[in-house]
Amino acid sequence: MAKQPPIPLISKTEDGRIVRHDGRAPDELRPIRMEVGVLSNADGSAYVEYGRTRVIAAVYGPREVHPKHMALPDRALLRCRYHMAPFSTDERKSPAPTRREIELSKVIREALEPVVFTELYPRTTIDVFIEVIEADGGTRTAAVTAASLALADAGVQMRDLVAGVAVGKVEGVLVLDIDQLEDEYGEADMPVAMAPGLGWVTLLQLNGVLSPREFREAMALAKKGIEAIYKMQREALRRKYAEVKPA
Amino acid sequence: MGRILVQNRDIVVPGQLLAEGPDVEPASPFVEKRGDRLYSTILGLADIQDSKVGVIPLEGPYIPKPGDIVIGLIVDAGVTHWEVDIRAPYKAVLTVQEALDKPFNPATDDLLRYYQIGDYIVAKVVSFDRTHDPYITVKGKGLGKVVTGSIVEIKPSRVPRVIGKKASMISMLTSMTGCNIVVGQNGRILVQCQNRDLEEILVLAIKKIEREAHIPGLTDRVRAFIEEEMKRRGVGRG
Repeated sequence: MAKQPPIPLISKTEDGRIVRHDGRAPDELRPIRMEVGVLSNADGSAYVEYGRTRVIAAVYGPREVHPKHMALPDRALLRCRYHMAPFSTDERKSPAPTRREIELSKVIREALEPVVFTELYPRTTIDVFIEVIEADGGTRTAAVTAASLALADAGVQMRDLVAGVAVGKVEGVLVLDIDQLEDEYGEADMPVAMAPGLGWVTLLQLNGVLSPREFREAMALAKKGIEAIYKMQREALRRKYAEVKPA
Repeated sequence: MGRILVQNRDIVVPGQLLAEGPDVEPASPFVEKRGDRLYSTILGLADIQDSKVGVIPLEGPYIPKPGDIVIGLIVDAGVTHWEVDIRAPYKAVLTVQEALDKPFNPATDDLLRYYQIGDYIVAKVVSFDRTHDPYITVKGKGLGKVVTGSIVEIKPSRVPRVIGKKASMISMLTSMTGCNIVVGQNGRILVQCQNRDLEEILVLAIKKIEREAHIPGLTDRVRAFIEEEMKRRGVGRG
């Protein structure tokens, strides 16, 4: 028997609409904010907010590889570190990298690798640092979104931008962009990242159980969310330059 | 007939469709052709010439090219070569043969007598490809150790704007201030002026170019800026 949520996660209004615990419709994203170029020391950086989930990504490089023996002769090395700040969760999280963070670093790297032209920068490294400032579900997908913006801001050549969002199943209803509560008490959680321009799915994980039909519906929902986020990414990149007015 | 989907000087982002059709051609390495379609691979400005579409990058590292003039910083000295930071992802190598005109004997002589760690040099890239580090030389007119002036660092992607179309910007800067300006392709710029004030004005002007590189009408704004600063500080052409 699953744990009981502290508040009802799904309810129906009088006119029959399904409403989630925070008032969203099942296919509605949380309020999303993006900003590019937030750090001056990094070559590229971005801040992304999915509701209460807040993430900063910083990109350094392409630069020389240290230690040198890690360098690849034919392409750039893409290194990625996903880290949650000790204050990002309800209870203090130890700053040491956990198994979960090591795994997420790997899946985020693999979500970005297909779109980066690593072969243009042989014997160098591109380092991506992702810091979760506040965690409220969907941190890995927000991290992918932020990292791809930061890579673009660093002037790294890419085939496309990557955007991510999670779909979940809560009390039998498929919902887009799940938060912490829905993740904890829901039946399934499926983070997806895509390069929409290429139609590539670069990250797909599934926790819980979905029927084949539900899976297809969930993918369609994710695609819809990702396309909306992708549009915001492009606008965020343009905004950085549109805002610099002649003094 | 091909269709170009962006305006000249539009801001484009990676993965953006720029043009489609069989007769449109990529005009820069920052455009990828997939089938009949052209996509941008970088954050930059669209650059359209007839049926050719290019992208001028707004960000990005300096990638060395043989023939480039760069301003390097000596970071290490070996037995017969120096290691030079040229703000690229690769360390440049300056061999003693490319630096001295006389025979060099490592047993009796020391490289640090010629260039010390921390020295700036104006150099030229001799060779570079994906398999080995860039080799540079200081043999040639205008190359060698920097002894006077200031070094300004800007983003390497903004260097073309400091030079301007047919060198319009750089000649304007030189004629207005009378300073000697050496622009390294790696985003380091050496300015040598008659007096301190002029040097400061020029540094500020270059920083302004870097900041506003993507906004049209730059040359006029920079000219106005220099005129105003010169009047304010009461300095004339050096």
